[in-house]
Amino acid sequence: MLIIDSEKCTACGICETSCAFGAISVVADCAVVTESCTLCGACVDHCPVGALRIEIADKRTQADIGEYVGIMVFAEYRHGKVAPVSYELLGIGRKLADKRGVKLSVVLPGGAVAAYAGDLIAAGADTVFLAEHPVLEQFREDVYARVLEQVIREQKPEVVLAGATAIGRSVIPFVATAIDAGLTADCTHLEIREEDGMLLQTRPAFGGNIMATIECPHTRPQMATVRPKVMAPAEPDPSRKGEVISVQLPQHLVQSKIEVLETVINTEDQVNIQEVETLVAGGRGLDSPKGFALIRELASELGGAVAASRAAVDSGWIPYPHQVGQTGKTVSPKLYIACGISGAVQHAVGMQSAEIVVAINRDKSAPIFDIATYGVVGDLYEVVPQLIKRLQEIKK
Amino acid sequence: MKIIVCVKQVPDAKDVRLDPKTNTLAREGVDAIMNPYDRHALEEAVAIKEKQGGTVTVITMGPPQAETVLREAIACGADDGVLISDRAFAGADTWATAYTLAKAVQTLGGADLILCGKQAIDGDTAQVGPGLACRLQVPYATCVQKTRNVTATTIEVERMMDDGFDVLRLPLPALITVVKDINEPRVASLKGKMKAKKAAIRQLSAAAIGADPQCIGLAGSPTQVVRVFPPEPRGNRKIFSGSVEEQVEQLVACLKAHL
Amino acid sequence: MDYFFTEQQQMIIDTAREITNEKIIPVRAELDEKNQFPREILHDIAKADLFSVFVPEEYGGFGGGCFEVVLALEELARGCVGVATSFAASALGIFPVMIAGSEAQKQKYLPDIASGARWAAFGLTESNAGSDASGIRTTAVEDGEEWVLNGTKQWITNGGESQIYTIIALTDPNKGARGASIFVVEEGDPGFSYGKKEDKMGIRSSATRELILKDCRIPKDRLVGRKGTGFITVMKTLDMSRPGIASLGIGLAQAALDEAVVYAKQRVQFGKPIISFQAVQHILADMAIQLEAGRALVYGAAKHIDAHPKDMSKVSSMCKVFATDMAMKVTTDAVQVLGGYGYMKEYPVEKMMRDAKILQIYEGTNQIQRNVIGQELNKEYS
Repeated sequence: MLIIDSEKCTACGICETSCAFGAISVVADCAVVTESCTLCGACVDHCPVGALRIEIADKRTQADIGEYVGIMVFAEYRHGKVAPVSYELLGIGRKLADKRGVKLSVVLPGGAVAAYAGDLIAAGADTVFLAEHPVLEQFREDVYARVLEQVIREQKPEVVLAGATAIGRSVIPFVATAIDAGLTADCTHLEIREEDGMLLQTRPAFGGNIMATIECPHTRPQMATVRPKVMAPAEPDPSRKGEVISVQLPQHLVQSKIEVLETVINTEDQVNIQEVETLVAGGRGLDSPKGFALIRELASELGGAVAASRAAVDSGWIPYPHQVGQTGKTVSPKLYIACGISGAVQHAVGMQSAEIVVAINRDKSAPIFDIATYGVVGDLYEVVPQLIKRLQEIKK
Repeated sequence: MKIIVCVKQVPDAKDVRLDPKTNTLAREGVDAIMNPYDRHALEEAVAIKEKQGGTVTVITMGPPQAETVLREAIACGADDGVLISDRAFAGADTWATAYTLAKAVQTLGGADLILCGKQAIDGDTAQVGPGLACRLQVPYATCVQKTRNVTATTIEVERMMDDGFDVLRLPLPALITVVKDINEPRVASLKGKMKAKKAAIRQLSAAAIGADPQCIGLAGSPTQVVRVFPPEPRGNRKIFSGSVEEQVEQLVACLKAHL
Repeated sequence: MDYFFTEQQQMIIDTAREITNEKIIPVRAELDEKNQFPREILHDIAKADLFSVFVPEEYGGFGGGCFEVVLALEELARGCVGVATSFAASALGIFPVMIAGSEAQKQKYLPDIASGARWAAFGLTESNAGSDASGIRTTAVEDGEEWVLNGTKQWITNGGESQIYTIIALTDPNKGARGASIFVVEEGDPGFSYGKKEDKMGIRSSATRELILKDCRIPKDRLVGRKGTGFITVMKTLDMSRPGIASLGIGLAQAALDEAVVYAKQRVQFGKPIISFQAVQHILADMAIQLEAGRALVYGAAKHIDAHPKDMSKVSSMCKVFATDMAMKVTTDAVQVLGGYGYMKEYPVEKMMRDAKILQIYEGTNQIQRNVIGQELNKEYS
């Protein structure tokens, strides 16, 4: 709990303003903490006289921490391909493994996925654990979780990384709970601390308004889901050598309580633009409905969806569900790329809470540049194709 | 059918900012609200109850003032609310939260169906739902955009995937987490508000749920926040110049550093 | 300003505010553009128990007075006067039953109105009977155990959407004002049908239709109150309903002020937000002053009416005139503050200005209200 040293406290009130929960306040001549305290530690960091500290009676610790070695990645397979995020994880996983001087392994569950082992090794894996069974062809939380749990228990890696995708964010928290490991969601930055080899995991919180760095000091493995499109995949090296191991799957492991009745792939117009993390939006500057072919291409390159300004919707270039702004939807994606949108207030109110706004516009004085994180001044018909080209090159 | 909905009181995330000068959270004018996703979980629970019969119990882990969201839930159709509150719960991460909620659910005698919001808007982790399912050893589905065909023994759901959705059938008891698309939450009725005002809220302490002190709160949390800092401010915006190729190159470099 | 609401009043305000923020504001522009009746929203309002506010407790209502109704309407009107009008019309339509109906009629209709299961509408106006209600031509003739109604009602709010209608008809055309009576006509009654739906300047989400009574046969017990007392009941009904119309003006003006101030803070011209210019500040200040004065009058009138139900004509007319003229002025000013953007449909103030106009016209034009006030003054000082 939070301990306040009344001898040291000067009643300056800095702790009061530092607390996001209104849990600490200065009463008479000393700070007082209430039940609302979440032990976040913000006040401890801000106290100028060191009057505050957090004491934990009995921190739960794990005895065999030293036995956990190596970096492990959970690779996702769905609809006949390995998800791009898996290669991104191998990219960062390789760097972490090299820094720690340990091996990088990857677990790939699926129906028949042996064919992908080579690609995973070329992308940086030293060991591939193939978990093949017909029931794993489709994603089922229970079976996937049990398979991962078994591999982790046997291999004891110090770090486990998964994609912050629908599959990763669904199954990994279950696994982390099952093996009593710490898990950090949706990381955007990972690094190893030199002194003690701790994994420092950085992620956004409060809708991206705050960044937090998190560590797991007392438990292993240290688990994290990583936001797709953040880490760079390594340049594939077909000459790399690695080991492929088939995971033994006893019958009880592959019995699922979940029946998959149907799998539906959305068409573009069914995508809810409020739910996706990347939006590429087109406006009046497209000049014609054909422009949206280009917008779509960029969106699919980024794994995002297509949005539009009212001008584009009113011109009949794209249907209303794509409209962002005062009379359309309010969106807050991680990345919003506005192409040929002037950025009048009525559009801005619908998208200004996006984490990163990229503006592409001919007109240097367009108001969109006032709210953009990055601005490219130029003809979108030149800029967007060039951007697509560069993104494709990077992917290769 | 016995339904339990897990809700959380959160600061209204859109108002939360870190003061870049002092590196402190600016909390002035930030309201405490029911996590928006949880409102959808509650609405779905009440809708299922209205069709199937049964009870909806809302639980929350939090400080005493989190009672407000329980009363709000009762006004919106829940039958009763349980506040899981103890100083010892403070500082819980998702692992410890899932442990605590599981203990509470077991103390309440379990449930046929447990609903949670997809994630809370303060942490955005989406980890407590699956963690709770693990502790309770029930099948689960996350990011449910529609429930269909709820019977006394099974539930069919549409689970959102990155590229579409899967239709699943789970045996009960089960746990689902829901996205906002699933329904339109109702506005609390006047009669509901009167009932909520008078409702007795049951309180459960760490001892009451039989929690192991090493598994709750900060002590039980494997993860620790070691640093909080503001994201690169929008104020540092960069308007590139040069040829299209040069500008795109700079953009790609910046996006890589950011994302 | 703090009006020291009771806990129950605050509950009503909060509930109506949630309906407005969550259900009305997101769709109001679309409803307006499509001329679409807000059926879904009225169901939401029903689920939130707001229809019960104006119904006495013994009939399943909340038992609110004029003040409570005013508070609910003000919040709904902040979202959309068209929606608020559709809600208010159900109250207006059932007031005659509440004022003059038999116990059996109250038992039959009020619980459904309170739960929002059925909506009401008020059928007074005809093509030749607007401000001069005595010009109505619709007749009701006794025929055995039935009344037979003939005539056409015009511009009836909620026409075609409600299930319960209170219709004013002449039972004795020779007796003038003493010859009118009120009847309940229900959807589906033989000879009862709807005419064309009007295409209006504002409050376009509300439904305004003709009611056509062609040898419409209804049972004897549908007569509300004694035969020949129709006009007295009509006057009492309108006395009760006018503060509601006034509160629509308050809610609407509040919405316009909110939009104008928010815009003025973010709109930059000459390098500064336009709110920093005194010319704009003065417009906003005048809007705020008039709004607050109007609100004080409406609340005061509503409380007076709740305390002195027999003495309501003058205050009811006064608050209706003041609040609705004020709403017209404040919404016009809001458009002015937003300038060109204010004139565009992309911003809500354009609709607010169109919606405001009807408030000066319906439920007695503001000119008729002044007549009422003048006549009352004449009486008071005699």
